[in-house]
Amino acid sequence: MQTLRFPARFDYLDEIREFVGNSARQNGFDGKDVYNIQLAADEAASNIIEHAYKGKADGEIQISCGLEAERFAVVLVDYGKSFDPSHAPLPNLSADLAKRRIGGLGIFLIYKLMDEVYYQSNPDKSNTLTLVKRRA
Amino acid sequence: MEITHQEFKRCDLFKLIGRIDSATAPQFAKALEKAVGSGKYKLVLDMSELEYMSSAGFRALLAAQRAAKKYNRGEVTLASMPDRIHEAFDLAGFTELFKIFDDPLQAVGHF
Repeated sequence: MQTLRFPARFDYLDEIREFVGNSARQNGFDGKDVYNIQLAADEAASNIIEHAYKGKADGEIQISCGLEAERFAVVLVDYGKSFDPSHAPLPNLSADLAKRRIGGLGIFLIYKLMDEVYYQSNPDKSNTLTLVKRRA
Repeated sequence: MEITHQEFKRCDLFKLIGRIDSATAPQFAKALEKAVGSGKYKLVLDMSELEYMSSAGFRALLAAQRAAKKYNRGEVTLASMPDRIHEAFDLAGFTELFKIFDDPLQAVGHF
């Protein structure tokens, strides 16, 4: 596993995507899969910045990526407020333009783009979100 | 992210260049808001040089479509959407909320 720590700020999303994308490529993924893994990691990091560290300027996200038994994992650790993505309300995809909800979309995409999603929270310590893409 | 603008007789063409994520989406949303607010509510967004778009960009598009459709024949249309962005757009259930054209001139001709 390779690990890097990033300031929890939107202007670091470019670097987060680059780190995750490079690791995915080194582990045998290409084209569309790399894009989708980057998108899922971006959505996860964006949610951490927006919700776990809401209003906090000095938050940090630790990201580890690596392959184990044909499963590529992206593990995001934060030290902010816990938020279990499996409890997020799902967007109503059949609602018309006026009624379409704007929230929850990022989490919905994470579940669609990745094969497995796990969340673990140690209250007052850290939260760990694990995203897994299986190698075909 | 960069946005260039070209005026047509019946609509306005905006070319989106680079990446739209949570960092750049506010700038993108503001540009669309400003366009619609100043009477440019028939829009074509050329995505041929857009490398990346996250759900933050999708949300900005949704807000712009809502604002544009309040006007008579107002609409945000999309053109030359790269496959990878298209796939995520589809997963998000957004495809049915926008007309998506193969190229910008086809979209311009739609108005």
